[in-house]
Amino acid sequence: MKSAVIKNKTSHEVKGITGAEAVIRCLLAEGVDLVFGYPGGAIMPIYDELYKFQDQLHHVLTRHEQGAAHMAQGFARTSGKVGVAMATSGPGATNLVTGIADAQIDSTPMVCITGQVASHLLGTDAFQETDIIGISTPVTKWNCQITKASDIPSMLAKAFYIARSGRPGPVLIDITKDAQFETFDFQYEPCQGIRSYQPQTEIDPTAIAEAASLINAAQKPLIVWGQGVILGQAEEEFKAFVEKTQIPAAWTILGLSALPTSHPQNMGMVGMHGNYAPNLLTNECDLLIAVGMRFDDRVTGDLGTYAKQAKIIHLEIDPAEINKNVPVDLAVLGNCKSSLQQLLPLVSKKDLSPWYQRFEALKATEINKVINNDLYPTKPGLTMGEAIKVINKHSGGDAIIVTDVGQHQMVACRYAEFNQSKSNVTSGGLGTMGFALPAAIGAKMGAPNREVVAIIGDGGYQMTIQELGTIFQQQLAVKIVVLNNEFLGMVRQWQQLFFDKRYASTEMINPDFIKIAEAYRIPAKKVQNRTELDTAVGEMISCQGPYFLEVCVEKEDNVFPMIPSGASVSDIRLE
Amino acid sequence: MEPTTYTISIYTENNVGLLNRISAIFLKRHINVESLTTSPSEIENVFRFVIVVKMKQENIARVVKQIEKQIDVIRAYYHTDTETIFQESALYKIKSEALFEERHIQNIIKKSQANIVTVSPEFFVIEKTGFREETEKLYEDLRPYGLLQFVRSGRISVSKAKMGISEILNTFKTKNNEEKSS
Repeated sequence: MKSAVIKNKTSHEVKGITGAEAVIRCLLAEGVDLVFGYPGGAIMPIYDELYKFQDQLHHVLTRHEQGAAHMAQGFARTSGKVGVAMATSGPGATNLVTGIADAQIDSTPMVCITGQVASHLLGTDAFQETDIIGISTPVTKWNCQITKASDIPSMLAKAFYIARSGRPGPVLIDITKDAQFETFDFQYEPCQGIRSYQPQTEIDPTAIAEAASLINAAQKPLIVWGQGVILGQAEEEFKAFVEKTQIPAAWTILGLSALPTSHPQNMGMVGMHGNYAPNLLTNECDLLIAVGMRFDDRVTGDLGTYAKQAKIIHLEIDPAEINKNVPVDLAVLGNCKSSLQQLLPLVSKKDLSPWYQRFEALKATEINKVINNDLYPTKPGLTMGEAIKVINKHSGGDAIIVTDVGQHQMVACRYAEFNQSKSNVTSGGLGTMGFALPAAIGAKMGAPNREVVAIIGDGGYQMTIQELGTIFQQQLAVKIVVLNNEFLGMVRQWQQLFFDKRYASTEMINPDFIKIAEAYRIPAKKVQNRTELDTAVGEMISCQGPYFLEVCVEKEDNVFPMIPSGASVSDIRLE
Repeated sequence: MEPTTYTISIYTENNVGLLNRISAIFLKRHINVESLTTSPSEIENVFRFVIVVKMKQENIARVVKQIEKQIDVIRAYYHTDTETIFQESALYKIKSEALFEERHIQNIIKKSQANIVTVSPEFFVIEKTGFREETEKLYEDLRPYGLLQFVRSGRISVSKAKMGISEILNTFKTKNNEEKSS
């Protein structure tokens, strides 16, 4: 019998409940109404409580724990809330690890709850015992094992606080089975702070003043923004800053959608397959303003030749990122929402038209050499780019685009159009194939009123294809587009360019994807000719439920521009 | 550039998983830990790690920031040898007969300012605290007489400069109280 005595909205008190029920009450107190997971022996008491609380807490049964982790990520990325994934001990917990690592490197707020063998069995190599704390330590922002029910409320409160504050990240809480069964008097207080962890840095006004004077003096400034703008909910401040200074701005893959694609100052993507102009001009600008990004090697290429001529300002929330890869002239530590707010009144507008002409000229070259071939091909085979172009036409730029990893990801991020933030969900830092299908499920549940289109390669699709079962069971209107080139395309591209076309294990003999989708009662269509593409995409977007579209694209197309691994951004190739 | 010896001092909450987290930071970067000691600190419920590493100057700051980033780390510092006062302890176990049969041993002990910790009919144990060179010299001097066991502790160190951990913790307390009352 439940005897809930709720004192007020933030404090919850119940006498004599089990640890398992406490877990559910903690989740409810944190505002969680959705969890992704998979049951098993060591987490059964919690699942038993999920059954009792199913009217308040919806559990999505995935087909693999990796799917649960990626769904929690997709949910977090589109909703801005903390994603929650659950799994049992042993293999259940280890199956979460890829998603946790992905969330760690892409700063996604997530709380994973794993069951663990009873505390008296710890260290005995018991059935389904695995040291998930040891395993997950390098890939979590924080983790902790609970062996006493009375520790559940404070540890879960801490978990949510850590996951969402500062630079967000994944937290794992491992709860022994006996702690789930144990009864205690429950009381919940949300975590207000941890003395050894200070996620809020006060913005240094001297740094702001210095930044403003550097910005105002620059003749050829360039902004490169990352996901920090989205995670810091700083889209408005960022747009205001960009518009007031009139500085051209380019994005890292995770920063995509923070500023609309159509914005006149949006200069495109930086990095290995980014746009020609912002990559080349990184080595021509006199001031590089990095906002909420971390100078990943896929962005910078060779560090020895990266923006050496420029002064660099780094607006960053994580002190450990300052001077980690690129030594900067000025660091502005803190949430970029606050630092941009403080910068705004101090910066002034300048005529940068000669500088913009450099962008225009290089953009024209890219259009000529790359973009026209991608979007308006003259050869008979379909290109990935034209598929994205048709999706743009039917979504109107309002869809959330979820991508997997590889050629299709680069093409989709280069060409997909976005009107609003939190619309790009991709596995950036970790490059996890198999991410998109489950992430799209989570993305849809995080933004149920928005169109969600997953764009996936034929390789990555088959890594988590079983989550079609989750789409079927949850009746989710996720649109799935597989760009099928019957190759692990990005690896094949590298084999072609750097390994003398020795296509070692990159050719795929694929199943009938249409039959597989239909087996899950998902309407499906296969497009092989250009003439069918527009109608098929139109049909997919107007479909009320889930839809599967296979687009058979040119088998051996390459993604350009490209900065070869380890080369300088100046050595970007167009062919 | 030649690597320098750095002493990293970390003030932490007592957390069972933290040792794992900190050692993983070194493992990931192939940094060999010369020594590692943990103990309580001058502040109640605050623990202190002292880690000695040989690293290049351009990398030490990055690694210490990665350590400080860990949730249960209150603050981490790094110092060169000239910026700290440091010592190591060593224990030497020798057959008791050597003490009586080899007169030199008594001179060695006296000269080295080592202490005899215990003497039994079978063996005796000498303790020496000091710099690495001192404990090493005693090791070399005693080795010819047959060392049954030898062990040296990790470095313990205090910085010459103030660390101000209590102030940091007090700021947190005040800040938290202000938030609660506001």
